[in-house]
Amino acid sequence: MNFEDTTQEAAFRSEVRQWISANAPKHLELELSRSSIGRIKLMNADILEVARAWQKKKFDAGWACLHWPREYGGRGASPIERVIWQQEEGVYDKLSSPFLIGEGMCGPTLMAYASEADKRRYLPKLASGEEIWCQLFSEPASGSDVAGLRTRAERDGDDWVVNGQKIWTSGGHYSAYGILITRTDPTVPKHKGLTMFLVNMKSPGVEVKPIKQANGMQEFNEVYFTDVRIPDSQRLGAVGEGWNVSLTTLMNERMSIGSRIATGFQELFDFCSRLKTENGLAIEDRATRARLADWSVKNSGLKYTSYRALSALSRGERPGPENSIGKLVAGSMMQEIAMYALDLQGANGVVSDPALAEVAAQFQTMLLSSPSNRIAGGTDEILRNIIAERVLGLPGDIRVDKDLAFNQIPIRGRR
Amino acid sequence: MNFEFSAEQKELQDQARKFLAEKCPPRAVRNVLEGKDSYDRDLWKALAGMGFLGVSIPEKFGGAGAGYLELCVIAEEIGRALAPVPFASTVCLAAEALLIAGSEAQKQKWLPAIASGDAIGTLALFEGSGKPSAKAIKLAASGGVLNGIKKPVPDGAIADFAIVAARAGPSGRESDIALFLVDTKAGGVEAKPVDNIDPSRSQAELIFRDCRAELLGPATDGWNILSHLMDRAAVLMAFEQIGGADRALEMARDYALDRIAFGRPIGSFQAIKHMLADMYVSATLARSNSYFGAWALSTNAGELPEAAATARVSATQAFQHCAKNNIQVHGGMGFTWEFDCHLYYRRSNALALALGSQSYWEDALIDRLRRKNAA
Repeated sequence: MNFEDTTQEAAFRSEVRQWISANAPKHLELELSRSSIGRIKLMNADILEVARAWQKKKFDAGWACLHWPREYGGRGASPIERVIWQQEEGVYDKLSSPFLIGEGMCGPTLMAYASEADKRRYLPKLASGEEIWCQLFSEPASGSDVAGLRTRAERDGDDWVVNGQKIWTSGGHYSAYGILITRTDPTVPKHKGLTMFLVNMKSPGVEVKPIKQANGMQEFNEVYFTDVRIPDSQRLGAVGEGWNVSLTTLMNERMSIGSRIATGFQELFDFCSRLKTENGLAIEDRATRARLADWSVKNSGLKYTSYRALSALSRGERPGPENSIGKLVAGSMMQEIAMYALDLQGANGVVSDPALAEVAAQFQTMLLSSPSNRIAGGTDEILRNIIAERVLGLPGDIRVDKDLAFNQIPIRGRR
Repeated sequence: MNFEFSAEQKELQDQARKFLAEKCPPRAVRNVLEGKDSYDRDLWKALAGMGFLGVSIPEKFGGAGAGYLELCVIAEEIGRALAPVPFASTVCLAAEALLIAGSEAQKQKWLPAIASGDAIGTLALFEGSGKPSAKAIKLAASGGVLNGIKKPVPDGAIADFAIVAARAGPSGRESDIALFLVDTKAGGVEAKPVDNIDPSRSQAELIFRDCRAELLGPATDGWNILSHLMDRAAVLMAFEQIGGADRALEMARDYALDRIAFGRPIGSFQAIKHMLADMYVSATLARSNSYFGAWALSTNAGELPEAAATARVSATQAFQHCAKNNIQVHGGMGFTWEFDCHLYYRRSNALALALGSQSYWEDALIDRLRRKNAA
């Protein structure tokens, strides 16, 4: 057991540190440090432009998707090196958010299922941020039950013709490509009739409509497919194998371990260390200290759990299931932290004007955004099921639709 | 960076697990719990025979001279088996106090006896209700003679020696506190066993009347030594706690798989599954935090105070959480004397208090984080 860098790791860290120090957009450091991950607003710059510029700079110097093979745009870095990079990138890591789905989900799926020519065509531009990717899985009628999706793809010569609707597509409005899961055979049970494709988001018949979210922002989209033609050469995996392809995507996501998971703890700790109350600093208050201590041990527990997974990975083992707790813990923690931070501000906590609110309204933004962290990428309830079934070995839910042909599954409940 | 125990350490853990599964079944815990013995003497001697008690004691003092990581994995197995032996008091507290501050002669006298299972030691710190603090220590030391009362003292009635925190100066500052080593068989100490929530490990009241004692460490340094000692013990006891938490979770999982209600295993109901998933989350966070503590302890890193408080708070939460919900998953059967759930419930709550309350450690953690952030 050793937390120190090896000589080689220390050399790598120092190289990373020097490069970041010489190249990072330092004028944005304060604004970024006050933004919650994925909810960044900059006063005088377009966030997507800034993010793309940073991504491109990293790519040109070989630091983007650094764990990927060189021929696909990475530098073949080890898992440990990747974490060192993330540690050193610090607040600028928040600029990675438009690229996370491409890097964590679409890229690995392409690596596993695309032709060599397509990998060389798509992956480097994904890594450089030049072409952003999205993931088209969820539908209005199939959220947690993603295998219940209804978007149809029907074979027509060398093409497939796609009709249907996807939803909750993060970044769909600025994505160039997406990975799309469709139903190609409705006469077999739901998991067996699915097929995966890569789709050009500019294809005729693709319509992206932003969804105005509960927090007032627009990050998600509805994506409509009307007679969209996709060449069979853009199929990922065999016909009817879409479910297994999607599991590969999700498994790769679990393998892509890092320290990226945001909890809001450090932000709250810093805030409490500065906030003056009538009885001294907030952090001197006993009730506040108890809350902080609880969140602190959760925060560090997540960090060291990811380090354990990383150790397994660097020994060539598959990381254990313990990494699946990350989002479950961080999601509700961030929501609780936001509520507590506002409570500390008293009646003034209601103010969300960045010019007037504490810490440029960081916690107000966090409060209004945080419900999504407990839903997107698997609800808290689905994550608990996964832990209970795959980690603890408890029986699966009784699935009444498991052996039914998809087109025999009831589509409406009783009102 | 490598954040796992080595193959050799895992092998040692495996050996300890098998050994305890054989020598320390729930029946052995119950023998002590039900008052037939004050501790399991045979098990204590057998643990010594395996070299487990002295694993981190230097060879020149009769130990194996391995490191703290080895001691951590053994502590985890002791916790998993709920071993009814004075492990926390003797190995985590008394031996560590000697290693931190003992003179050559004191170490020479007591450490080999601990390693061989011939001596039980303890720390006499608390004087009734309240958090650990220098102010709360009233027991008076004057000219090497102690007068006062300590309560509760873990394993105090079976201890051969005690490390006693005493007030040796009048200034009202922390530097008034000194530590003393008392041979409890030499007279001047009366030990009264007291009932406690976890009778599988005993507690006592120690009454010191003109008791002769020798200093342990510099006279003005008692509180600093105690603080460091508590940090070390917090990490070691966190391993006892995560061992217990894991076992309680396993018991709940196994029962949920076996027990049928409404025509299906209760483990197929989401209410039960989600409860178990949350127990797994607590246990996993606590394990990871404890590993960080183990690293800090084994390397004597500057991060030890923060790592110890983190491990302590997290492991206390996890063991209490898993032990109480283990009873809940078992339903009515979980509340019977016959089922073992209450053994874990008792131990989880006793360990939660053993080094001062959770709120004390929460407070300590925030102080330490502030210091780090200021630096």
